[in-house]
Amino acid sequence: MVDIRNDFLGIKSPNPFWLASAPPTDRIVNVTRAFKAGWGGVVWKTLGEDPPIVNVNGPRYGAIHGADRRLIGFNNIELISDRTLQENLREIKQVKRDWPDRAVVVSLMVPCEEASWKAVLPLVEETGADGIELNFGCPHGMSERGMGSAVGQVPEYVEMVARWCKQNTRMPVIVKLTPNITDVRFAARAAKRGGADAVSLINTVNSIMGVDLDAMAPSPHTDGKGTHGGYCGPAVKPIALHMVADIARDPETAGLPISAIGGITTWKDAAEFMALGAGNVQVCTAAMTYGFKIVEEMKAGLAHWMESKGYERLEDFIGKAVPNVTDWQFLNLNYVAKARIDQDLCIKCGRCHIVCEDTSHQAITATKNGERWFEVQDDECVGCNLCVSVCPVENCITMEQLTEGVDPRTGRPIDPTYANWTTHPNNPMSKAAE
Amino acid sequence: MDKARAPGVRAGRLSGEEIARNFTDLHPPLDAHEALVEADRCYFCYDAPCVKACPTEIDIPLFIRQIQTADVVGAGETILQQNIMGGACARVCPTETLCEEACVRNLAEDKPVAIGLLQRHATDRLMEEDRQVFERAAPTGRRIAVVGAGPAGLACAHRLAVHGHEVTVFEARPKSGGLNEYGIAAYKLPDNFAQREVEYILEIGGIEVRHGQRLGHEITLEQLRKDYDGVFLGMGLGSTNSLGVAGESLEGVHDAVDTIAELRQSPDLTGFPIGRRVVVIGGGMTAIDIAVQARRLGADEVTLVYRRGREQMKASRYEQELAQTNGVRIVTWAVPTEVLGDGGRATAVRFDHVVAEDGRLVSTGESFEVAADQVFKAIGQTFVAAGLGEAGLKLDGGRIAVGAGRCTSLPDVWAGGDCIAGGQDLTVAAVEDGKQAAESIHRTLGAAAAA
Ligand SMILES: Cc1cc2nc3c(=O)[nH]c(=O)nc-3n(C[C@H](O)[C@H](O)[C@H](O)COP(=O)(O)OP(=O)(O)OC[C@H]3O[C@@H](n4cnc5c(N)ncnc54)[C@H](O)[C@@H]3O)c2cc1C
Ligand SMILES: Cc1cc2nc3c(=O)[nH]c(=O)nc-3n(C[C@H](O)[C@H](O)[C@H](O)COP(=O)(O)O)c2cc1C
Ligand code: SF4
Ligand code: SF4
Ligand code: SF4
Repeated sequence: MVDIRNDFLGIKSPNPFWLASAPPTDRIVNVTRAFKAGWGGVVWKTLGEDPPIVNVNGPRYGAIHGADRRLIGFNNIELISDRTLQENLREIKQVKRDWPDRAVVVSLMVPCEEASWKAVLPLVEETGADGIELNFGCPHGMSERGMGSAVGQVPEYVEMVARWCKQNTRMPVIVKLTPNITDVRFAARAAKRGGADAVSLINTVNSIMGVDLDAMAPSPHTDGKGTHGGYCGPAVKPIALHMVADIARDPETAGLPISAIGGITTWKDAAEFMALGAGNVQVCTAAMTYGFKIVEEMKAGLAHWMESKGYERLEDFIGKAVPNVTDWQFLNLNYVAKARIDQDLCIKCGRCHIVCEDTSHQAITATKNGERWFEVQDDECVGCNLCVSVCPVENCITMEQLTEGVDPRTGRPIDPTYANWTTHPNNPMSKAAE
Repeated sequence: MDKARAPGVRAGRLSGEEIARNFTDLHPPLDAHEALVEADRCYFCYDAPCVKACPTEIDIPLFIRQIQTADVVGAGETILQQNIMGGACARVCPTETLCEEACVRNLAEDKPVAIGLLQRHATDRLMEEDRQVFERAAPTGRRIAVVGAGPAGLACAHRLAVHGHEVTVFEARPKSGGLNEYGIAAYKLPDNFAQREVEYILEIGGIEVRHGQRLGHEITLEQLRKDYDGVFLGMGLGSTNSLGVAGESLEGVHDAVDTIAELRQSPDLTGFPIGRRVVVIGGGMTAIDIAVQARRLGADEVTLVYRRGREQMKASRYEQELAQTNGVRIVTWAVPTEVLGDGGRATAVRFDHVVAEDGRLVSTGESFEVAADQVFKAIGQTFVAAGLGEAGLKLDGGRIAVGAGRCTSLPDVWAGGDCIAGGQDLTVAAVEDGKQAAESIHRTLGAAAAA
């Protein structure tokens, strides 16, 4: 039997699917609905100091859609909770009492002064919440006031605030990181140095969704003006995956628990993040797109996949892909692949030909004996995967490894041994191969 | 002479190849890519109208999302949790009047999500992998008799077995499946699907099917009530209506359901005799099915005659069009007045043109004849109460009266499927009846045990 119960920093939940700090976790009605629907935990919508912030009264959200209106990317200019601290704390306490088996973590954002943090922590502790998440990530609005990503972008601040929190509470401390930086490892290392128990990432990415060419203003706009917002949803998943992997394999932060966030929409997205080292996942946009019911698909899908792979518990696959993430310099340069077109599947659209011809290596034919015919020329193919990426037919073009003979493109025999850039003769810094 | 045009009733009008093509899947299954593209069209609606339109309330948005996310097994499980015959229903449901009619995509673009085909995609995978969705509860020691191994009886037996009860199914015919085996059009359930599904359903365990046991002959309700803790009646409709016109007993005049049953049991359809000119009387699913199958067996001219208009036909618009694309001529507003014969064999049917006056059909005085080697009556089936009335079972309009949970007027007897009053006469409705009755039986037995 597959067991998908989750233990993250000792915080137990019946499954690894938490709702990220955002509108879905803004108040007791939402959170109660979420738990009824089966979510494992929530990170409560970020609390701040009183008086509460205010939101705009115009559009907060923008979206990018596919041709059939499938939501691909999402953007928001919402700030943190716009309700009083007391109101939120009272509800958090009630929820935790009503749902003792679910995880309730409280997201916090107060000014970058120790007194502010010292004041808020005992109040949160008193609710019986399972932990806190420090919101160093929101890239809009709050950052103009020296909070959110304005903190997350300065490793020294991250470390300092994490330390204040660790010193002033017994609750586990999760530091939520912003992707709006050059190298997420610096912030993660700082969090760890400050004593944080875990990191969560990513928060939203700075973005302008589009420009309304009639109003000549960013869209969406409020009274004719727009501002940048935070990008999230399926489109940001690759960015988040990379950042999670970077932290998981950085020698300084390896082993630091990670709660992964960013575009998680299905069980499979969750499994991918967990394979890259995440201990659990958080979801925002998918819930805001389809409602809480999607967690049923996530739980069943994850369990079915685990069963098919023989994994009994989450720990059996968490981190399993981390050793296979490496630097470019360590990729095997003796590995040679060629594209192969399955002529039975090919519908002869010619897309592979034209992209290879115009933008790659002129390796795919367009005709044979005067007929449309698309076939890879091994003496030109560099194995780049462009044709695979653009072919409209699934599995029609595949990459096949050459394991023997000569690479017709280079004329060099296939070398079955592993060799990478560090030892390559063209590398001026090359170390002689042993 | 061209075999297709040969007069009379004869086999072999078409080649084996043509027959095979004509009796394969009406709707071929989706391949994996097609299923993904189609699944992508579903909006994952809130309180989805399609679910409400499904008598078994399959969670359609959830199972389609599971197909989208490559959890096809999960999709199959979601379906069977609500409808253990999800495989058959995916193939036989008139989706155009059920889930797909309700799909919100109709409002925007007149093209619903192909729910039936997606349902088939998922249930096929589950059956291929021979995965059971339910686990049997610990044995309760309670024994229940189910009469009839059709969709209603099997669905009831299965759900009872899930709850840990011991079920004995009494079935008159040599095979289980009811009309899935003996009635539904051959091109809807090819490849012995009915039997494969029966086997899958029985794998749950705790169900014994006894064939050749007909209520009213080998067994009686009285005895079953004595021997079992509860009884479920799912006998379907045992008889058919007659035309009541002269010539009805001529050779060549058949009940459509009988012929379809023979056709479904025929091991080789090239040997199945069919007329050159065929007349079908009726306007429901059975009429469409016999007409289309007659054409697909090679009948040269098939005329379906219905007494009212196209709108009043019980067969959906889609089914009417299916008949037409198969070359069936549909004639409306005509009632048969006589089957004409020669030497004891039917040769034609005479009809009167009619109009509706205050809901009643009145002849216009005009009549016409349609030549026929074969005449199929498909004007409705009736329930054979066979002594059940005397046993104290209340009927309503000739069928068994039921209340909530499909309970009958007898405290330990439940009923469902075509044999109950007020039903829809659909496979999916029969499955829902069986399921509801099983839950009600389970509750009743539980309450009795607690008392
Ligand atoms: C020609 C035809 C085509 C149809 N096509 C479709 C379709 O495409 N889609 C759809 O949804 N529905 C269709 N239907 C309707 C559908 O088949 C029925 O609604 C459904 O089978 C009803 O299930 P049931 O279990 O109530 O009865 P049945 O399927 O009739 O099963 C009853 C079972 O009880 C047995 N039985 C009968 N009397 C006794 C007795 N006295 N003792 C013991 N056993 C007995 C029978 O042998 C049979 O196995 C069609 C019906 C017909 C006639
Ligand atoms: C409308 C909206 C409001 C958000 N508010 C907060 C917030 O208050 N605190 C926070 O830490 N993150 C906030 N986020 C970021 C999300 O928690 C999450 O990190 C981000 O959306 C990426 O996940 P996703 O792709 O699943 O949406 C917000 C996101 C959205 C869309
Ligand atoms: S989603 Fe609700 S609150 Fe938001 S704009 Fe629409 S109606 Fe108003
Ligand atoms: S892109 Fe794919 S389908 Fe189109 S011609 Fe190339 S191989 Fe064939
Ligand atoms: S109504 Fe149509 S679009 Fe909506 S959930 Fe049902 S199948 Fe999907």
